[in-house]
Amino acid sequence: MGARGEAPRSREPLVRMIGITKRFPGVIANDKVDFELMPGEVHALLGENGAGKTTLMNILYGLYRPDEGQIFIDGREVEIRSPRDAMRLGIGMVHQHFKLVSTLTVAENIALSLEGTGLILPARRVRARILEVAQHYGLEVDPDARIWQLSVGERQRVEILKLLIRNAKVLILDEPTTVLAPGEREELFKVLRKLAYEGRGIVFITHKLEEVFRVADRVTVLRKGRVVASGLPVRSTTPSELAKLMIGRELKPRLVKKPARLGEPVLEVEDLSVLDDKGLLAVRGVSFNVRRGEILGIAGVAGNGQRELVEAIIGLRKPRSGRIRIDGHDVTGKAPADVLKLGVAYIPEDRARYGIVPDLSVAENLILKLYKVPPFKRGFFLDEEYILSWSRKVVSDFGIVTPNVRAPAGSLSGGNIQRLILARELSTRPKLIVASHPTFGLDVAATEQIRSLLIEQRERGAGVLLVSEDLSEIMELSDRIAVMHEGQIVGLLSPSEADVEKIGLMMSGKLKEVDG
Amino acid sequence: MAIGLKLRLPIEFRIEKRLQVSSRLRIGISLASLGLALALSSLIFALGGLSPLAVYGTTFSWIFGTSAGLSFLIVKGIPLLLCAVGLVVAFRAQVWNIGAEGQLLLGAVASAGLALFVMPSAPAPILIPLMFISGFLAGAGWALIPAILKAKLNVNEVITTLMMNYIASKLVEYLIYGPWRGKTTWGFPYTDLIPPNAVLPTVPGTSIHWPTLILALASAIIVFMLMERTSLGYEVKVFGGNPDLARAAGIRPSKIIILTMLISGGLAGLAGVGELAGIHKRLRNPLHISAGYGFTAIIVAWLARLNPIACILSALFMGALLVAGYVMRSSMSVSEASVNIFNGLILACIVAGEVMLRYKVRVSLSWRGRRRGVGNGPGRAHAPRGH
Repeated sequence: MGARGEAPRSREPLVRMIGITKRFPGVIANDKVDFELMPGEVHALLGENGAGKTTLMNILYGLYRPDEGQIFIDGREVEIRSPRDAMRLGIGMVHQHFKLVSTLTVAENIALSLEGTGLILPARRVRARILEVAQHYGLEVDPDARIWQLSVGERQRVEILKLLIRNAKVLILDEPTTVLAPGEREELFKVLRKLAYEGRGIVFITHKLEEVFRVADRVTVLRKGRVVASGLPVRSTTPSELAKLMIGRELKPRLVKKPARLGEPVLEVEDLSVLDDKGLLAVRGVSFNVRRGEILGIAGVAGNGQRELVEAIIGLRKPRSGRIRIDGHDVTGKAPADVLKLGVAYIPEDRARYGIVPDLSVAENLILKLYKVPPFKRGFFLDEEYILSWSRKVVSDFGIVTPNVRAPAGSLSGGNIQRLILARELSTRPKLIVASHPTFGLDVAATEQIRSLLIEQRERGAGVLLVSEDLSEIMELSDRIAVMHEGQIVGLLSPSEADVEKIGLMMSGKLKEVDG
Repeated sequence: MAIGLKLRLPIEFRIEKRLQVSSRLRIGISLASLGLALALSSLIFALGGLSPLAVYGTTFSWIFGTSAGLSFLIVKGIPLLLCAVGLVVAFRAQVWNIGAEGQLLLGAVASAGLALFVMPSAPAPILIPLMFISGFLAGAGWALIPAILKAKLNVNEVITTLMMNYIASKLVEYLIYGPWRGKTTWGFPYTDLIPPNAVLPTVPGTSIHWPTLILALASAIIVFMLMERTSLGYEVKVFGGNPDLARAAGIRPSKIIILTMLISGGLAGLAGVGELAGIHKRLRNPLHISAGYGFTAIIVAWLARLNPIACILSALFMGALLVAGYVMRSSMSVSEASVNIFNGLILACIVAGEVMLRYKVRVSLSWRGRRRGVGNGPGRAHAPRGH
């Protein structure tokens, strides 16, 4: 793998975007943005959620038309009307949400993406190419496996293979690491470096500073739709400078936590086993407890039983064996209604699925846990005036950015949806908070806010079960850390004895250490 | 700007999602779709040798210019409104009740049974309310079967409610050919007339059976209040908008499914009582009792965007459309096929208009892009470059 900067470079940029402006009703997503991609470089596109990174790349990929501005590919001005046009120009994009048909095989999916394939899929012919290209780049994946059988990391490889088999010269990756485990991330970075070394151009969309320094040659920073730094060589900048550029102010220092004041156990899990959707054992005999006033962090690569564990606790999934007690009450196998009644708040992993009702208003979404009790409900009717005024107060308390409380919740950005969910879940002063990946995909400001809210709840005396793949989050927030691997807790550590490497090893199953 | 030799128009259409819809736009698009439908139908009428203007003029002036026309329209609108308002409740919960037709028939059966056999001599102020109550209960009961199947066994309600329509229809046929066949009907397959004290009063000079009309309007308002102001309506909306979240929040799916189906079926049952006691005054062939109101009401509910108050307008609109068909056939001798095409075109244009509300089409002359844009870029080949 060539070291950075050694890649052969020609002087002509692969991509030049000049003065790109894109307006959506009420916002300017891109405001006269210039962007340039050279062959042989990994170019990070850095910015918070909503800064306009994805919009800019969607324009380059032909999903949106710019309102103003010009695009040059290899020095020639072009108009890109559709992804098909973009692909013909050698531009490919891996979206945050993969575009794969889960019941088809890898080869079939890749064949589907090729142009002019006719009626009969040339999956067989493509198969050989897949193996060849996959091996060349170290993107190993079984061409005959069906997509649903693959891990998220493998699916991403399929997406990248799709582009390489089409021989894309420009590869756009939208936040590719959010779905990856630490090890998989390093693999991806290696692949990206190799692709750049061959003279391709890589656009790497991210809001994570450390990744910029791990993989990129240059960085362009967007803030609120504008370019605040253009094509900065990564070597000549620092994380704190980039952070300042990105969020427009200094990063807050690490959260300060008072020492834990431990109370009674609020959640006790005993020898719990849970099946997954396919009927396989996902949680294997797990035992732990969470006490009032503490945050128990569960670290682990996604898919090691965390989701099933949380769903069993909340009552969305019946455990196969074992016991769950909340505040002393046995809730094993009880319905969610009975579990939540005991004072449990649930911050779901899948915000779209369990988080909000997108078509209902912000106010209607906020009262989900309170609509049955006065003063929200008086007699037969909901007290609309009270609900609206209460919602306005909550919206301002939690800093939810919305045109008004009657706007549909689905129109909010990811960070604001998560603020809404927290506001709703914390509105009942819960005893136990079960938070799954609470800051996943959120920008710096929202992440900071949500983390300090969780700490606030701990200091109020609530027990918090925090499931996260983000190790720095786990280490920053938790009073104790449990590491899950293949459905078991392979380590229970205090943050003082934990370091990223040790937890990383445990997450990958290479180290076990259970002492309790 | 000439058309190229390759016969490619230098015009580009692009579809983009609208993020905001103004009410002016909504009205404008509705009128435009209607206009387009009328224009297209003109061709059909002209092909049939009729003057489109004469057809429209006569139809329009008869429906809206005569009391008979207006009354006819309202009479058609009543069952549509009752069924549609009921469907709104179910559809808001994403419970797809396709069985309003059968639920309506059951309402007619129950009220006919009550009026003919159970208490034929009861005075009207007692009998008529009891007929409505029995009709509501019968419609609700008919809907309860698929509701329980869905709530407890997760049986697809689209299939069950649809099939229940056929059972209801056959039940009516069984009754009129069998045990309920009238003694004074010369052997024809329908029941005797219901006693006069069971017949609904009408607005003088018209056939508008006003008790049902009032019930229909009241149901629209009550359902609106139910959906927007009560916790039950709130639960229905949460369940319909996100069943997983509703479950996680402790809302019992079976409760929502059963309650919404009961309301939905009950209101359709009321429509059946109105048709029986207000129009036909006897139980007769199911095709006469209902003329497909239960199905047409699905369109009424959707045209109203599942807003019960807006259903009043869309029910009248569909009523007018149905009446227009009768007028065209009877006084303009337009063929039945042409009438069906006319109805189809109107609905198709309105549905297409709905799409235009959500998306906008950008039309641009883009000569330059065609020549200089895509197509001449590199990287067309599928094979990767050699390594």
